[in-house]
Amino acid sequence: MEVLLAFMIGTLYASGIYMILRRSLVKLIIGIILIGNGANLLIFLLGRIAKGSPPIIPGDSKVFIEAYSDPLPQALILTAIVISFGLQSFAIILVKRAHKVVKTDDLDEMNATDEFS
Amino acid sequence: MLTAILSGFFFSLFLVFAGKFFKGKLAVLSALVPLGLFVYFASFIKRVSEGEIITQQYEWVPSFGVNLNFTLDGLSLLFSLLITGIGFLVFAYTAEYLKGHKYLDRFYGYLGMFMGAMLGLVLSDNLISLFVFWELTSISSFFLIGFNNTSQASRRSAILALAVTGSGGFLFLAGSLLLGGVAGTYSITEMVNLSPEIIGSPFYLWIVILLFGAAFTKSAQFPFHFWLPGAMKAPTPVSTYLHSATMVKAGIYLLLRFTPVLGGEEIWNTTLIIIGGITMFYSAVHTLFRTDLKGVLAYSTISVLGILVFLIGLGTEYALTAAAVYIVVHALYKATLFLVTGIIDHETGTRDVTVLSGLRKVMMPVAIAGFLAAISSAGMPPTIGFVGKDLVYESTLHMGDWSTVLTILAISTNVLVLYAGFVAGIKPFTGRLPERHSKVHMPGFLMWLPPMILALLGLIIGIYPAFIDGPIVKGVVKAVGMAGEEVHLKLWHGFNFILLLSAITLTLGILLYFLLKPSKKREKAIAKFDFIAPKELILKFGSGVWHFSNLWTRVFQNGFLRNYVSTIILFLVVLVGYSLFNGEQEFYIDFSSFSRMTYYEMILMGIMFLSVLFVVGARSRLTAVVAMGVVGYAICLMFVIYSAPDLAMTQFSIDTLTVILFVLVLSSLPKYLSISDYKMRIIDGVLSIGFGLLITLISLEVLSEPVNKDVSNFYADNAYILAKGKNVVNVILVDFRGSDTLIEISVLTVAALGVFSLLKLRLKRDDRELKD
Repeated sequence: MEVLLAFMIGTLYASGIYMILRRSLVKLIIGIILIGNGANLLIFLLGRIAKGSPPIIPGDSKVFIEAYSDPLPQALILTAIVISFGLQSFAIILVKRAHKVVKTDDLDEMNATDEFS
Repeated sequence: MLTAILSGFFFSLFLVFAGKFFKGKLAVLSALVPLGLFVYFASFIKRVSEGEIITQQYEWVPSFGVNLNFTLDGLSLLFSLLITGIGFLVFAYTAEYLKGHKYLDRFYGYLGMFMGAMLGLVLSDNLISLFVFWELTSISSFFLIGFNNTSQASRRSAILALAVTGSGGFLFLAGSLLLGGVAGTYSITEMVNLSPEIIGSPFYLWIVILLFGAAFTKSAQFPFHFWLPGAMKAPTPVSTYLHSATMVKAGIYLLLRFTPVLGGEEIWNTTLIIIGGITMFYSAVHTLFRTDLKGVLAYSTISVLGILVFLIGLGTEYALTAAAVYIVVHALYKATLFLVTGIIDHETGTRDVTVLSGLRKVMMPVAIAGFLAAISSAGMPPTIGFVGKDLVYESTLHMGDWSTVLTILAISTNVLVLYAGFVAGIKPFTGRLPERHSKVHMPGFLMWLPPMILALLGLIIGIYPAFIDGPIVKGVVKAVGMAGEEVHLKLWHGFNFILLLSAITLTLGILLYFLLKPSKKREKAIAKFDFIAPKELILKFGSGVWHFSNLWTRVFQNGFLRNYVSTIILFLVVLVGYSLFNGEQEFYIDFSSFSRMTYYEMILMGIMFLSVLFVVGARSRLTAVVAMGVVGYAICLMFVIYSAPDLAMTQFSIDTLTVILFVLVLSSLPKYLSISDYKMRIIDGVLSIGFGLLITLISLEVLSEPVNKDVSNFYADNAYILAKGKNVVNVILVDFRGSDTLIEISVLTVAALGVFSLLKLRLKRDDRELKD
């Protein structure tokens, strides 16, 4: 299963980079989101995956009795998901705003700093 | 001694505040500063000539061995006296020369700063502080050359001079660090004792090359000489002081100072003889083609600097004595000639030697000063120039096999220097006085007295060479590591071969002067060869560098985001890929440790893969966004399967929110763009797939390595015991790493504020007009 997941992560990264290399701003954001997902999965995979053993201490004991999956990558990824949402929402609104001002969605037309359109 | 050095800087600082009071009649009072310093340094003559070396030490950055250590030996004393003595005369002269100038206070400020820096340079025993003062002289020279800042030529010359001397300073710093590293100390006094170790070290050659670069740029040696004629754009007092008497001799000082440390080796001597020889002859020939008085003087100055380098290269006691005498000789007569030229320029308004003549009728004292300086430059008895020239011949004649060649070179240079001296010091005063200059009158005494004093000094010292022999020249010779017993300065050596050579020099020079009048035609003729002159070549090199960096910037900093990204990714793929698969370590994947696949996982992967393809290939934006949502939900399910319920919940809500936000914004966006051509897509596709593959392989490789769970176990074991929580992920977030989460919340708040303000932002009127 790990091999399949590793290829999935590769696919996410590849498609993310490909989308970033497009000229459309919307595609750029989609690319960033895809890479973000890929990165989350990568951390998750490298923390080793296990089925049916969430890192939650069972009801009446104080410590783990059985095996549990690694809580640390999960904490990291949780943070990453939330932060990337902040980034994405800001980027989406920025694109909307930029389009309103410069009337284009084409990155190649946005490479000068001090002239509109 | 520190106070003496800093007084120049204090004086400049003082002028910043009190400058406006010093513009009028009080300006002449500023000459008291160098005069006081001159008296101060003169008081050391006796002690130093008795062999005493006066040192003072102040700690600056002791941890790096950088200290303000000052040493006053014979060599430093000679330069200190020149700097303050000529400084005094130039300060006084300027009061009249630039009388009523708008920026007179500024001018004195620069001069004061230069004087302080130059004193620091010749007194520093520490290489690093020597470097600092060295750079300060370049900087003050820059300001003084560009003093007429409304003239474009001045500004260009200033920049050129700074570029040349500044790059020399860079070499000096590199050389100093290397030398300091080899010697283990930055103190020059200590380096003298370590000389054999330094010469034996593998870095010796580099040290010599770097220090030569510094000295040759500063002292205007071929092929870096061209900045000096340009520097003549500065007011004449500056040319006198910096670009003839003192600053340009800093390189000479450096070579003399390091003779006992680095000298005596073949590479040291031969290079100096060759470079000095080329410089002295090349620029002496150039004086034949100049008609501007200051141009003639500039080239003859370069020529004399060449002679000095040449003498240091010869390296015998005779040669070094000759060099010491020549520094005095040149400072005296060349400063006189410059000051005289300044007077002529000031009173007649021209420096063109072809139209100047007969001025003795209106300014006799100046003519006398000019004449005395000219015969001193010619090396006629009984001036000190004669003593100096004799010593030069004496040292070239002692050079064994090469003596004939070197002597002929020295004679021809001296003939041409004589010509230059006569053109500048005698030509303007002889002949018929033209009508237009008949109203010319004498300048104030502040202007004609300084050159007179210098010219008379040249004469007096010539008659009584013992005046400088014991007290100063011996000290210099001892400071550069010689015994100082062999040579004694005398005006009259009796009838001998050297006297014959002197006579030949004088005859040839005077013949040349009478046969060859300065003419505009020759000046124009040589201008045709400018395209192969070192100046043009180096300027071309400079503009070449400029074009290259321009091109480089245009290619790599082209403003297209995707080019930056693809460059970065390309290098990442190539470099990381190479280091992974260059065969140094075996690539190993441990399949046995992997878990078994189930069919629902495979279906999930299939869905995910398909939706990624959909995202990439979608023709409509809505399709792309929805497909992206599907990818997110698939990841969410993955988290469910692999026991991460918190992640699944977060991913689910965030993914939903993103899609909603996208759809809300989508309506106001333009048509979904699909602009790039087919070729571009293929290239990008290959690059992306390469990158994805690399990530896959790296993650598989990492999975085969053992994993360290110490941190995770700590959290898991203590989640309930320390933090009273059973969901370990939550405990980590809100308890163990609580402050991280707090910061994360702040980041989100900032993002939310940004989103809010972007949504609410209304364009101002100007922006809207600009938009329309």
